[in-house]
Amino acid sequence: MPARVGGATPARPEGAVPDLLDLKLLFVTGKGGTGKTTVTAALAQLAAQQGRRVLACEVDAKGDLSSLFEAAPTDFTAREVVPNVYAMSMDTEASLREYLKLNLKIPVVGRIGPLAKAFDFVATAAPGVREILTVGKLCYEVRERRYDLVVVDAPATGHIVGQLAAPQAINDLVKVGLIRSQTDWMLEILSDPTRTGLVAVTTPEEMPVSETLELADRVATETTVRLSAVVVNRVLPELFGRNEEEVFEELRRPEPTAVLSERAGGDVEPVLEGARLAVTMRRTRVGHLERLRAGLDPSVPVLYLPYLFSRFHGVRTTRQVAASLGEELGF
Amino acid sequence: MAPAERPRHGARRRPTVAAPAPGPAHPPRQGSIDGLFAAKEIVVACGPGGVGKTTTAAALAAMAACHHGGRVLVLTVDPAKRLADALGLRALGNTECRIPDDVFKQAGAAPRGELWAAMLDTKESWDALIRRHAPDADTREQILANPLYRNISGRFVQSHDYIAMERLYEIHAEGKYDLIVVDTPPTRNALDFLDAPQRMADFFSSRLLRWLIVPYRSKLVNFASKPFYQVADRILGTQFLADISEFFILFQSMHAGFVERAESVTRLLGDRRTTFMVVSTLEATPLREAEFFARELVHRNLHLGAIILNKVLPAYFRDPAAARVAETLRDRSKELAEGLTTDPSLTARVLGEVAESFLNFSVVAVREAEQRAELASSPEVLASVPFFDADIYDMAGLLQLGDKIWA
Repeated sequence: MPARVGGATPARPEGAVPDLLDLKLLFVTGKGGTGKTTVTAALAQLAAQQGRRVLACEVDAKGDLSSLFEAAPTDFTAREVVPNVYAMSMDTEASLREYLKLNLKIPVVGRIGPLAKAFDFVATAAPGVREILTVGKLCYEVRERRYDLVVVDAPATGHIVGQLAAPQAINDLVKVGLIRSQTDWMLEILSDPTRTGLVAVTTPEEMPVSETLELADRVATETTVRLSAVVVNRVLPELFGRNEEEVFEELRRPEPTAVLSERAGGDVEPVLEGARLAVTMRRTRVGHLERLRAGLDPSVPVLYLPYLFSRFHGVRTTRQVAASLGEELGF
Repeated sequence: MAPAERPRHGARRRPTVAAPAPGPAHPPRQGSIDGLFAAKEIVVACGPGGVGKTTTAAALAAMAACHHGGRVLVLTVDPAKRLADALGLRALGNTECRIPDDVFKQAGAAPRGELWAAMLDTKESWDALIRRHAPDADTREQILANPLYRNISGRFVQSHDYIAMERLYEIHAEGKYDLIVVDTPPTRNALDFLDAPQRMADFFSSRLLRWLIVPYRSKLVNFASKPFYQVADRILGTQFLADISEFFILFQSMHAGFVERAESVTRLLGDRRTTFMVVSTLEATPLREAEFFARELVHRNLHLGAIILNKVLPAYFRDPAAARVAETLRDRSKELAEGLTTDPSLTARVLGEVAESFLNFSVVAVREAEQRAELASSPEVLASVPFFDADIYDMAGLLQLGDKIWA
């Protein structure tokens, strides 16, 4: 199916890509509407098919992730949604509770109420607190090694840097105390390119590509996390092969069009017009793909996923995208 | 800007959109974007990310400047360089800039009014807010230097939500513009920016805020908050806690001003002069978000003026007769290709591919039409914008997009 999808762009570097699923913590981000949740679900599905035990975590609790597995909405407690894929939704208050239970060893039951409220409140003023509870929980799952891979449906491109930079920011702000020692080990996990990676999802359109390139810069300068791959979603297939476009142009002249309409028993004009639209759409997109590839560090692999001409949105999409990702990763 | 449709042959040729010409104003048609924009002072463009919100806001602001006259401002939160280019500005900044008439002239348009543009600079806007509300120079300087404040205003994006609405209020209150079209920030939750002013007010009225400040006001830690301090101190460390407290104490001095301001912002959003325009595409995820948003606006008694659907596939993809022709082309490509060109087998392959592509897009177009029909019942105005197959990079492109939505 996606045979000609990436055809117009340079080949990706050898050997760099298959490592993706060997990481322990994958943050998946992307501009809104690019399909970041679908790619998260597909990565989880693919890793599970490869025999890994996966935790898929949704950070913005919209419930889309579980619906991509046709499962009921998830909460803070991970639940197996398809074999070997466990899904959860981030809840910073629950994360705080868990953290206190594990770390403070004080009888928190009676006092946690106002404390959690206080945190909610502090988090409004110092939003780094919320971010750190999210990243902290994810790093904790990595450290506990209950899963082979933790894949995160992370905040969109506009927010991800703040999220990933939070431990460093807190580390800079807080010089002593428990938080300081906590951010130290979080940073160790986040900064380790053999354990943690960021996947940016984009589409071959102007704004998503520009945002992805900006993100790549910001991730490199403001965070310690490595950009492990860029996934280009919804790549339109190349409609025509060699010499075919000339034939197509020939067919669009009035005379052949009239003959064709006559033979087909109906006006072929809309059908030809539809193909022309597909060709021009593809052409604009190829330009953006080239800009993306040229703007990214050559070591960052770019994976291409085909546009799905489908009526559905759910587990079938997840499987299709997982299959395409598998092909791109060389499985 | 290449027009969206420019076939070289055939009857399906579409005229390029004529740019609005100067002349007597036509009364805006009711139930259209034209009418909506003529009746309101503030249009808030909202909806999911990645659907062309910023571009749509700019295009419609330009249309309003052309057709209605007066002073129109488009306020964006997106650092969109391309939009700045399209508007003929080198960069968009926190201060409003007028779009030169030349930019319109080059697009073949002569606006009746003026178009202005500004981009929200979160840090600068926060600083301006502090300067306005700080009771004295000392407090002002201390806040601006507080590490926590610098984090909030610069690094963390949630503060976008409040400051965008606050800036809108400020500009509106200055009374310089007849119409302000504002593009909302990409929020985690589409409603964050609606709640932001109230959250800000709650925040400053909160008992917890006073709690945090207590030990630094008097040396006595009150009994009720003691466990809280023990825990907070262990988690956060003393210095950080001190930073937080300093920040809160300083902010407390601006309490009244902030709360009053936040309430005014909330009132303005609910004012009859304000309308909301939900922008989306017909793809599943954005559409679900847009629907939720539209319902929520109605629920909150806010004025849902229009739903705009971008990137809608052309109607001919849903024509059953065309689909039958495509199927015929696919199934009998060999036979139909005969004698049409010098290479019948290549032609047959092309026919097959053309037909396949048409049928693929048909599946999507039919699904989209169904979803559009479900939406049709709710707002006053529902506009569809066709798939532009080239990018919009200048004023002519913006006006062309605007023209598809306007009447």
